[in-house]
Amino acid sequence: MATVIGIWIAAFLTLAIFSFLYGDNPVYKAVEHLYIGVSAAFWFLYLWSFTVYPNLVVGIRQHGWLGKDLLLIPTVLGLLMLFRLVPRYGWWSRYPMAFAIGLGAGLAITGVLQGLLFPQLQATILNPLTSVNNFLLVLGVLTSLLYFYFSREHTGVMGWIARIGIYFIMVAFGATFGYTVMARVSLLIGRVGFLLSDWLHLM
Amino acid sequence: MKRTGPFVLSVVIGLWILVAFFVKPLRGAQQTLLLWYTIVGAFALVVGLINLIQSHLRNLQRGQNVPYSLILLFGFFGTLAVGIYAFFQGNAFDPYSPLMWVYGYVLAPLQSTMFSLLAFFLASAAFRAFRIRNMEALLLLLAAVIVMLGRIPWTEHTFAGITEWIMAIPNLAAQRGIQIGVALGAIGMALRILFGLERPYLR
Repeated sequence: MATVIGIWIAAFLTLAIFSFLYGDNPVYKAVEHLYIGVSAAFWFLYLWSFTVYPNLVVGIRQHGWLGKDLLLIPTVLGLLMLFRLVPRYGWWSRYPMAFAIGLGAGLAITGVLQGLLFPQLQATILNPLTSVNNFLLVLGVLTSLLYFYFSREHTGVMGWIARIGIYFIMVAFGATFGYTVMARVSLLIGRVGFLLSDWLHLM
Repeated sequence: MKRTGPFVLSVVIGLWILVAFFVKPLRGAQQTLLLWYTIVGAFALVVGLINLIQSHLRNLQRGQNVPYSLILLFGFFGTLAVGIYAFFQGNAFDPYSPLMWVYGYVLAPLQSTMFSLLAFFLASAAFRAFRIRNMEALLLLLAAVIVMLGRIPWTEHTFAGITEWIMAIPNLAAQRGIQIGVALGAIGMALRILFGLERPYLR
């Protein structure tokens, strides 16, 4: 019974969202607000169950506030974050923000160097003369990188390099666009399939 | 207290993470800081949720968009109540729990239908954007069309090879160039934060 009710609710919600194709309307707006409310609560519960409860609540129960991991500190920092909602004492929230941003900055340097910059550079260090693909790969990386170099005017040789770079970038944008369209179309097929098979049993 | 404290905290934490990357005995403290980061991040979500609820309660008080705000609050507190009930019953994220029923028949259909709508808007955007005015637009169009044809069952066998080549060579080259640029930019921004030239947490 719960499954049947669920399918009818899901079908109504699907059709209500699709009603936006006709134009903005109250049914779509209502369902849009429902989506925001439900997803906010769901992700809050998810965060509680998989982050706060196992790390903070269980941690405090096992080791205490000042035991392993000094959980009193993130709790105080977290509570200071709530001062963001009180304009008069809002400046207290700068401490947890400064903590998060400082940590993020430290992690960005080591993480980006190790996880992004060095592997990408390493993969690009190829002999461009061994194959056409290698040549295009090296040429594409260098020219698209130089396209974003704005300290020198894009004229003369630099203009030509930037022009080749933008050609590579356009191919990449086109490919990304094609991929995104296909991903959205497969979602659409999924929803139409749900309406025709699970709800109407026509398939 | 209001400005110097957060600045010092941000610099000390950032440098600690940076130094811990090279000094092995400090790695344990680095793990603790990362744990704190996730806990503080969870409190930041709570700030966002309280803000959302406050904003819609204010709408109710002022009589603006009352039905929509009521629906949002109903969705939020309804899902929260179901989640808390499921939490005390056992595992709230068990596939057969009431919370996962809400996920399966309310949240998932809303989410996937909302994203599938983009297929229509992408099609209309493509109609406007894909006018071949110059070489860049031609390359964008060709790459997008070929990649899409390479993902359709009818034309997959003809276009699969060239799609793979576009993804593996020109697309990869440009994406790599962009990623290297992003990595350099992220490192630059992180250094600015660590040196105190950028203080976004003071806003």
